[in-house]
Amino acid sequence: MIRLWMNLILLAVVLSGLSGAWGLLSTGGRAWGQWVASACMAVAGVMGAGAGLVALAENKTVVMQYPGVLPGMAMHLKLDALAAFFLVLVFVVGAASSIYGLGYWPQRRRRRTARKLQLVYGLMIAAMAMVTLAADAVVFLTAWEVMAVAGFFLISTEDERADTRQAGWVYLVATHVGTLSLFGVFALMHVATHSYELVAIPPADGAVVRLSIFLLALLGFGIKAGLMPLHFWLPGAHGNAPSHVSATLSGVLLKMGIYGLLRILMCLPQPPAAWGVVVLLLGASSAVLGVAFALGQHDIKRLLAYHSIENIGIILIGLGVALIGVADRHPMWVVLGMAGCLLHVWNHGLFKSLLFLGAGSVISATGSRKVDELGGLARRMPWTAGLFLLGAWAICGLPPLNGFISELLVYLGALEPATHAGVGAWAVISLAAVALAVAGALALACFVKAYGAVFLGMPRSRKALQASEVGRAMLGPMVVLGGMCLVIGLFPMVVLTPLEHAVGVWSRQMGSAERLATAVPWRMLSIAALALVAGVGLIWLVMRRTGAMRTRRAEPTWGCGYAQGTARMQYTASSLAQMLVGMLRWVLLPVQQGGATAGLFAESKRFHSEVPDLVTDRMLFRFWRWMQLRLRPMRRVQQGSIQRYLLYILLVLFGLLLTLVPVWTMVRRMLAL
Amino acid sequence: MLINTVMHVVLLAAAPPLMLGLIQRTKAWLTGRKGPPLLQPYYDLYKLLRKGVVLSKTTTWIFRAGPMVTLVTVLLGGLLVPFGASAAPLHFKGDVILLIYVLALGRFFTSLAALDTGSSFEGMGAAREVTFACLSEAAIMLGLLVLIKFSGSLSLNTMLRAPEEHAFAMLPVASLMLAAVGMFIVLLAENARIPVDDPATHLELTMIHEVMVLDHSGPLLALVNYGAAVKLFVFAALFLHFVPPVPMGSPALNWAVFLAEMLGVALTIGFVESLMARLRLTHVPTLLVAASLLCGFGFILMLR
Repeated sequence: MIRLWMNLILLAVVLSGLSGAWGLLSTGGRAWGQWVASACMAVAGVMGAGAGLVALAENKTVVMQYPGVLPGMAMHLKLDALAAFFLVLVFVVGAASSIYGLGYWPQRRRRRTARKLQLVYGLMIAAMAMVTLAADAVVFLTAWEVMAVAGFFLISTEDERADTRQAGWVYLVATHVGTLSLFGVFALMHVATHSYELVAIPPADGAVVRLSIFLLALLGFGIKAGLMPLHFWLPGAHGNAPSHVSATLSGVLLKMGIYGLLRILMCLPQPPAAWGVVVLLLGASSAVLGVAFALGQHDIKRLLAYHSIENIGIILIGLGVALIGVADRHPMWVVLGMAGCLLHVWNHGLFKSLLFLGAGSVISATGSRKVDELGGLARRMPWTAGLFLLGAWAICGLPPLNGFISELLVYLGALEPATHAGVGAWAVISLAAVALAVAGALALACFVKAYGAVFLGMPRSRKALQASEVGRAMLGPMVVLGGMCLVIGLFPMVVLTPLEHAVGVWSRQMGSAERLATAVPWRMLSIAALALVAGVGLIWLVMRRTGAMRTRRAEPTWGCGYAQGTARMQYTASSLAQMLVGMLRWVLLPVQQGGATAGLFAESKRFHSEVPDLVTDRMLFRFWRWMQLRLRPMRRVQQGSIQRYLLYILLVLFGLLLTLVPVWTMVRRMLAL
Repeated sequence: MLINTVMHVVLLAAAPPLMLGLIQRTKAWLTGRKGPPLLQPYYDLYKLLRKGVVLSKTTTWIFRAGPMVTLVTVLLGGLLVPFGASAAPLHFKGDVILLIYVLALGRFFTSLAALDTGSSFEGMGAAREVTFACLSEAAIMLGLLVLIKFSGSLSLNTMLRAPEEHAFAMLPVASLMLAAVGMFIVLLAENARIPVDDPATHLELTMIHEVMVLDHSGPLLALVNYGAAVKLFVFAALFLHFVPPVPMGSPALNWAVFLAEMLGVALTIGFVESLMARLRLTHVPTLLVAASLLCGFGFILMLR
């Protein structure tokens, strides 16, 4: 049967890869191309995610070989529970965002870009699916590059805007640095195993090789996942892409970095505990710093993008705990840490794409991304407001939604060591729990700020005042994603089997995934979650039945004895975050202009504050400007004429050929003569 | 077992306003006033429940949901925390994390309900609440880590029991005492007591909790006030876990000791409120960082 599921998934890959191609036949103003694309994506989504779920439940492995596809070697594809786990996410979010695009990026209004976007979008989804299925280096790197380059075209969809172009270029540079180090990873693995297939390296091999593979993989996949110091491309890219694309980029594409890291780690048996500690500390700093930078943002999409960095941090904390567990031979840490890591991959995919789609609805209704221009949208867009609240609720890790379940798993994994005395690693791991708690509190502050500024209070601008609810094509996918968040939160047992199987594949040497059923109080979590919902429902019902709220008056908000406040007098997002940004200014380095007034009759003043990115704005761009000046002489080589470039290629090839000439032998022979 | 559960639920539901009354009486006594009757908080709740509601025109359902969700979260939290030596009605591995996060859910909704009014006062309150919570969250986590390490358990229920064995060992008691001081500061801060916040006044620019609920009225305000009382009760019960317990035998004696200890906490809060002035708002973070440091030192002492 597993072969059938594999074939169904491959069919879904082909379908989604070609989904945008039909639209090329249509002219710009016609919408049918987009309908075909979204229909293809929907069918592929149901087929791929369904087959993935069944494969996940069956927990079997199938390897497909296609000999002769590549010169001199066969092409290998493999489907196991871990691959299926990520495939489900790819297809669910891919389909949901594509359907959302019908309303958000309609071909009728976006004549210039819509067809290109659909074509590349389908390719990216197909490439991500192929990355998870790849079982050898060639397929993996090919799919990886298609995915990365498709990402570039998607990010720079609105290339008439300068910041979009810049974000696109930064992304392209970053992703290629990542790919370069992946070439290093696979080359080193070939040296160790004499095979391009992804097989485990014999443990006897040199520690240096394994350490280099680990570090290069951490660099390459860390860039893709948006790990804190390597995150520099992420806020700009996810902020400037069309929102439904941001949803897929943030919800799924980042997870490919995590997937790659997991696969490479599977090939490196017996990792030392230090690797786990490194991953754990990187994750903890990513989690806290990601949300700290999110607090300083005024752009709703940049804010969400920084939260992706935070969540990648949480995922990596889980992975770090699992790695330390592998090194110290504690199956319980491995199982709990890995389960938390994987479940957070799913959960973040669901609620982050929900949030990006919600932000897209706000943008399409108001035309603004700046939170301080919005406000009061909960009255004008009740559905969007409710769904965004659900996403914000989940991303803060609050019960009874899915974010809480995965964070709880990570906590349980991190606190487990504390219950066994005398283990060196437990202090580090427990401190990760503190980092997780602080990141959670900061995330809550950040989403109170974002939600309050965008949806609550009074509208701060005409755009916000005139907003109205978005159409069904946009609400439908959000309802589906929000529903999944709710189901996982209320009935966490539904993810138990998928988690067991996926964790089992990763930690097969520990062979202990069955522990998961008993290690986590699944039933009690469900009971507590349902009690929470039932409690609120009960109070609401009692208040309604007893008529406690019947005599009500509507009045303006209490203005403390003064006249009614205006919308401009509301607390803004910046003022909400001001204290926290002030406390964290040693790392955020906020830039402020103006503000202070003086004298009895103060003039009107302007105040502006922003938090530029630590790496991009403060280091990379300066470095690049410096490089540009230094490398000016090189411009002579770069003239922009294609003949010259062909000449360069010819010369380089000729030079390479020369290295084949046995110069030394020839010289010796000549001397001998 | 059943009696324990019934006792727990009854106490959780009925006793919290009494604790407020006790604090008020203590303050009145220390400042030489007559003070309100002990049961005044109950009368207030009864009065508010019979009143009508005034709703701001800018608010949505979130404003009405805020007090309801907050009340349910503190009640659920109360079911997780064991009262004294008796077991909590709900207990499982990891309930300690649920406790932290369920209280955070209450904070989330209180702050959103405050922002729903569009008033800058309530915005200020929400901003302060979520800001200070980031600091107290770290202190709570470090404090609980001490207990977790102490007892080798991830359930509040068994986290309490362990200290009996080490009751007289030097280092554990020292780290517990440090954590206890830290947790007491968190108790005061999270429940809007002096020196962080003043529950007795409204409409001051330095307020936190009271200013967030400025626009709630009638039954909604009753829910808010009752929820705040329950939260104080739950935090006090949690704080008692850090005080080395007196080993007890019979259930009846357990409950008696618990009630006596709660009375002690109420008196202490009353004393602190009478003897101290409220801190300047800019000094509150320093106090909370001190709480984190105390809990952190307690944690480090456990690192052996």
